[in-house]
Amino acid sequence: MNMNIIPALPEILMAAMIVLILLVDAFVGEDKKSINTGITLIALISVYIVQVLVYNPHTQLAFNNMFILDSLAQGMKLVTYIVSFIVVLYIKQYITDKKLQKGEFYAIFLFVILGIMVMISADNMLILYVGLELLSLALYALVALNRDNIKSTEAAMKFFILGALGSGLLLFGISFIYGATGGQLQLEEVIKYTYQSDVPNNALLVFGLVFVVAGLVFKLGLVPFHMWIPDVYEGSSLATTTIIGTVTKIAGVVFVIRFLINGLVLLSPQWSLMLALLGVLSLFIGNIVAIAQTNIKRMLGYSTIAHMGFVAFGLMTVSVDGISSTLFYTIIYVLTSLAGFGALTMLSRGSYECESIDDLKGLSKTHPIYAGIILLVMFSLAGIPPLAGFYAKFKILEALIAVGYIKLATYTVIMSFIGAFYYLRIVKVMYFDENTIDLRLADVNIVSRSVLMLNALTLLVLGIVPSGVMAFCLKLISG
Amino acid sequence: MHYLLSLTVWTPIIAGVVVLFAGKNDSLARLISLIGALIATVLSLIVFIIFDASISGLQFVENIPWITSLHINYAVGVDGISMPFVFLNNFITLLVIIAGFKVIKFKVALYNSMFLLMTGFISGAFCATDAILFYVFFEAMLIPMYLIIGVWGSSNRVYAAIKFFLYTLLGSLLMLIALIYLYNVSGKTFNIFAYYHTQLAMVPQILIFIAFFFSFAVKVPMWPVHTWLPDAHPEAPTGGSMVLAAITLKIGGYGFFRFILPIVPDASRTLSGLMITLSLIAIVYIGLVAIVQKDMKKLVAYSSISHMGFVTLGCFMFVGNSLNTWAMQGAVVQMISHGFVSAAMFMCIGVMYDRVHSRNVADYGGVASKMPIFATFYMLFAMANSGLPGTSGFVGEFMVILGAVQVNLMYAFLAGLTLILGAGYTLWMYKRTIFGEINNKHVDEMSDVNSHEFIVLFLLAVSVLVMGIYPELFIAKMQLGVKDVIALAMQSKL
Repeated sequence: MNMNIIPALPEILMAAMIVLILLVDAFVGEDKKSINTGITLIALISVYIVQVLVYNPHTQLAFNNMFILDSLAQGMKLVTYIVSFIVVLYIKQYITDKKLQKGEFYAIFLFVILGIMVMISADNMLILYVGLELLSLALYALVALNRDNIKSTEAAMKFFILGALGSGLLLFGISFIYGATGGQLQLEEVIKYTYQSDVPNNALLVFGLVFVVAGLVFKLGLVPFHMWIPDVYEGSSLATTTIIGTVTKIAGVVFVIRFLINGLVLLSPQWSLMLALLGVLSLFIGNIVAIAQTNIKRMLGYSTIAHMGFVAFGLMTVSVDGISSTLFYTIIYVLTSLAGFGALTMLSRGSYECESIDDLKGLSKTHPIYAGIILLVMFSLAGIPPLAGFYAKFKILEALIAVGYIKLATYTVIMSFIGAFYYLRIVKVMYFDENTIDLRLADVNIVSRSVLMLNALTLLVLGIVPSGVMAFCLKLISG
Repeated sequence: MHYLLSLTVWTPIIAGVVVLFAGKNDSLARLISLIGALIATVLSLIVFIIFDASISGLQFVENIPWITSLHINYAVGVDGISMPFVFLNNFITLLVIIAGFKVIKFKVALYNSMFLLMTGFISGAFCATDAILFYVFFEAMLIPMYLIIGVWGSSNRVYAAIKFFLYTLLGSLLMLIALIYLYNVSGKTFNIFAYYHTQLAMVPQILIFIAFFFSFAVKVPMWPVHTWLPDAHPEAPTGGSMVLAAITLKIGGYGFFRFILPIVPDASRTLSGLMITLSLIAIVYIGLVAIVQKDMKKLVAYSSISHMGFVTLGCFMFVGNSLNTWAMQGAVVQMISHGFVSAAMFMCIGVMYDRVHSRNVADYGGVASKMPIFATFYMLFAMANSGLPGTSGFVGEFMVILGAVQVNLMYAFLAGLTLILGAGYTLWMYKRTIFGEINNKHVDEMSDVNSHEFIVLFLLAVSVLVMGIYPELFIAKMQLGVKDVIALAMQSKL
């Protein structure tokens, strides 16, 4: 029995901090609720520090090998903390304005992070599942937190029912794999088993794989398992959408990598075909339907579906190059949408909510800096150089062509060409249209604003010198 | 000296970023832009002068590793074909900034900054010898142009801006696929010159040709993918039209020289008949379309398409396996000349538009009596646009026709029709707007050119005449570059 708990110290600390927030919240008055924000930020910083301290270059295992701390886990957790920290800076004013400033918000938010941490570090299919559920249940609660809003309630309901279905599919698939491999839940044991057996003819294993893939892509939001995304993006408060649109994507991608690469890589001929098909559908539906949207959150929801199609393509190459491209794509995508949601959140002040695309009309005249930031975000999402999004797409295309999927690459660029239209429309609305809405907003505090500007600048800088992040992603995979 | 080319490329970009932060201070923004553009023009002029015409191949080469994991380098260098365009590009931008000095009053900093950024990106595309570096510059220029058309354009500007962006984006995305394919088959390198000696079978060659063709034909623009241009031009502000016609289109033509002919020579030979047909359709049919235009800018836009038809025609004049030297040189000269002439034509229309706020031919008449100096300049440019000997417009067209005669008399005959059509649409428009009775009271209130406009028109007039009378100045510089392309297009990669 390996009962080493050192690698899991960050998770333990995070759980303790959550308890602390809940305790403190019970004792402070309504006017001092902002202390929760402080504790959350401190929690993230201290977890980051502990994470750095527990690192060593060798893969560490804990809890009877169910918990793993390898370079992938280490790296992606650090990215998660940084992104979460920025998210808190972006949303704290919004939360106060919208009276969402209850202790629960941050406690639940940290539960989301904890779920992500567990998912990223799980080496056992059940632990992966437990992490996923921790994340999902916390997210359901976050969506539902805005309970006076009928749309939020509807979104939470949909999210919960569909999410439970997705989890059910996953669990069902896991149980088949468990049976087919003679009772294995550890990912490396599954690999060992598949080495010995005649995989393509093992119907039970492939049958289980289909359900596992269905459950996984449900969480990523690939077509046809995407129905929940637009509704949840639209129905949630912007703060929650920011969380769902950024940090949880990291978790989703690592989750899929853990399952499919660390566990079921020998079944890659089967699952890469599935991912290819789902990716083709996602790019199509995501890009075409996004054109018809008038709500910017819904539009970004469909755009996420299309971007996850790219992620699926990166994974289906089953090459080191492809997987590291996928991670690179995810990190760039998360940074880009972080700036986008951040700008929208900061524009939504007081009772005003920046939701419809028309709300951005003439933004370049009233708020040139926010308009400039959203401009960079949109061009980056569209993949126009010299912005970071270009290299993300470029890496995926390169990985696809390197293994001979030229037709798929061509399809991909045609779809991103269609996708460029709705990103351009946002720029058009901000720069070419006259503003109709009087947007006189009190300024958000200077720290949040400078972080947002820095965030947008990062997109430009990474568009000019992307090699550092590329090397980082490669190290996570090959290390 | 070592970093001269990088300096030329980056000076306008840095100036553009600085101007962007000038914010509300209009006069400061104008001053910085002028200085930035002036420095860049001088630098590119120095490059032009010290460029050694007796050496073939690249000069002013710089090569710095950029993204090592993908073997992408920051590699720049110019040869005889790209070098004149770097100068043309900076020169036109300088003129655009002078021309906009008084006219642009709305978001001055953003306007000037976008032009400077675009100049830098365009120079970068001409100088890049790494495929991805080229692609980055090639795509990046879409962003400023999109904003220029969309923010400062006229009534239908939004439609035009989006159409322009999407058309050019589709082409360049397909090119990206071709470039990544070439990267994989040529042993993991993005050096454009390495592709010149990569063996390729016929089917991949044809597919790569199509991918490149989409990308560059849209930019040129060739018939039938030209439809974005007549929409974009009328809606763009004067400066935007000048840059669009004078430089952006040239990148399309340049692509034929740098990418298509040397990389896929066998496919080029196979498909040359198709290319010649498309070019001739552009020259004759689009020339006819130009005659009936009522909008002056649309007319010049169509005339641009027709003139650019000569460039693509000159690129595909194969005699057996080898390209005709006259036609090839003519194509380059035609590009440079068209850069000056089309910029001048749009400038003239812009001068009239600023006074009367109409692009309609019918709203003018009798301008000569109110603006004699302007009418004189305009006359010169109109003559150049119709290809009068002694002006730059004549040289390129004549050389291409001369080359065509050696290949096929029918091609030469059809291409020669342009001399009639060109004179028809340009001079007829000139007659209707400049001569005759004054029917419009706004025309009656017109005043002659101011000092800024005079400088711009004068510089353009000098360029047009110098190129017309002594084209050797340019031809000598590009001769060896053209010869290299001809040699590369002769090889077989099968």
